[in-house]
Amino acid sequence: MGLSVEVTKQVNGFRLEVDWHVGNELAVLFGPSGSGKTLTLQLIAGLMQPDSGCIRANGRLLFDGREGVNLPPQRRHLGYVFQDLALFPHMTVRQNIAYGAAGLRRNEKDQRIGAMVEIFHLEGLEHKRPAEISGGQKQRVAIARALIRQPAALLLDEPFSALDAPLRREMRSFLKKIHAEFAIPVILVTHDLMEAATLADVLIMYHEGNIVQLGTPAEVMDHPATPEVAALVQPRELIDPAMPSLTPQAVVPPRVLPLRRRG
Amino acid sequence: MVDNATWYSLKLSLQVAGIATLLVLLSGIWVAYALARKDFWGKELLDIVLTLPLVMPPTVTGYYLVIIFGRNGVVGKMIYHWTGWTIMFTWQAAVLASFVVAFPLLLKTARAAMEAVDLNLIQASYTLGHSEWETAIRVVFPLARKGILAGAVLTFARAMGEFGATLMLAGNIPGKTDTMPLAIYTLAAGGEWSQANFMVLFFTGISGLFLYLANRFSQRML
Repeated sequence: MGLSVEVTKQVNGFRLEVDWHVGNELAVLFGPSGSGKTLTLQLIAGLMQPDSGCIRANGRLLFDGREGVNLPPQRRHLGYVFQDLALFPHMTVRQNIAYGAAGLRRNEKDQRIGAMVEIFHLEGLEHKRPAEISGGQKQRVAIARALIRQPAALLLDEPFSALDAPLRREMRSFLKKIHAEFAIPVILVTHDLMEAATLADVLIMYHEGNIVQLGTPAEVMDHPATPEVAALVQPRELIDPAMPSLTPQAVVPPRVLPLRRRG
Repeated sequence: MVDNATWYSLKLSLQVAGIATLLVLLSGIWVAYALARKDFWGKELLDIVLTLPLVMPPTVTGYYLVIIFGRNGVVGKMIYHWTGWTIMFTWQAAVLASFVVAFPLLLKTARAAMEAVDLNLIQASYTLGHSEWETAIRVVFPLARKGILAGAVLTFARAMGEFGATLMLAGNIPGKTDTMPLAIYTLAAGGEWSQANFMVLFFTGISGLFLYLANRFSQRML
């Protein structure tokens, strides 16, 4: 059970070579940008093809370089939440979620959409377009859409990077709840140390296309395996801001308060 | 004031342009999709060949069409052999001429609009279990619809105004193949200004309206 990934991929002078397995846990891929985290998710989802290796989800073979197995993304049965969420702008919230329920009979589809709307607190928004709802609501729609088919695993590519700090906290605890409810492997890519530390059952530390350490957040933080890991898991304020790999990617925009008009 | 022949030309023009636009739409969106989203050998060559009628003199396009579809043409000969029918000097020939000449207008705008569709949305559709075919119909085409509509409007306007290739392929037979541009030519050549005036004004008005519509569709794309 769980998700096994053992792949290599060469892209324009960058080489990814990783090998990890997680059970029904919430695993965080953590590392500086350009270390191959998003690429790993794309290989798992079938959006890119590994050069060699083997990917299994719940024991089902998704890719095997030697056997020539390479399921298209449609048949991998994985939930994928893109960094920009990729909600269909021409569909309502309900239609977006329903789009994820391909191949289900009408009754079951309606039932599941209803359940998703409830679990993800989307009541009253069903007929709104993505452009008409808030950032946090969009996140929930994207995750609901990815989960409605009950996928073998959920892959999240920095889904909270565009949110402000309070909303990120809210979404983190929400994701914990969702993970408990669906009991599937959840793989989350993030740059945010707080996010990694508070969410992860397992931290998978990426550095230049390799895994430098794998363990619980406590293990990794207390006993970093390499100087790179040590640098990555130090509280941010202690770190030289000039170190490019540690610059937080998502800069939280300052809140602009609306000026009250007189008269 | 407006005589029967003028009404006939107007009706024929609308019929020819309407059918040509429908055919361009039905075939053009798939070609545009292939050019926008697929990689295959000769892709840019195909684009160039299909776009050539936009820049070549219509008489040159008409010449090629006669060579291909004429009674002794490459394809026309076979059609004549099997059916005893030739497209030459029929209203269907006017549709064919309009189709070929107006096709690139849809192709260009639809291809650009489809290329502008966010790749993440297409990939999201794949990860949600939808085939490429379903994704094209439910995601790519709806999101490119304004470009497709703008292209269709321009196609219709161009098809309405087709003259050169139509003349070579369909001739200028009164009451049979004389679409409005051909009728205007005949009337002006014969000095019948009042009927020509009506058609010229009608054309100017309708062309302006189409350009306005095309602009509105393409503006709303942004």
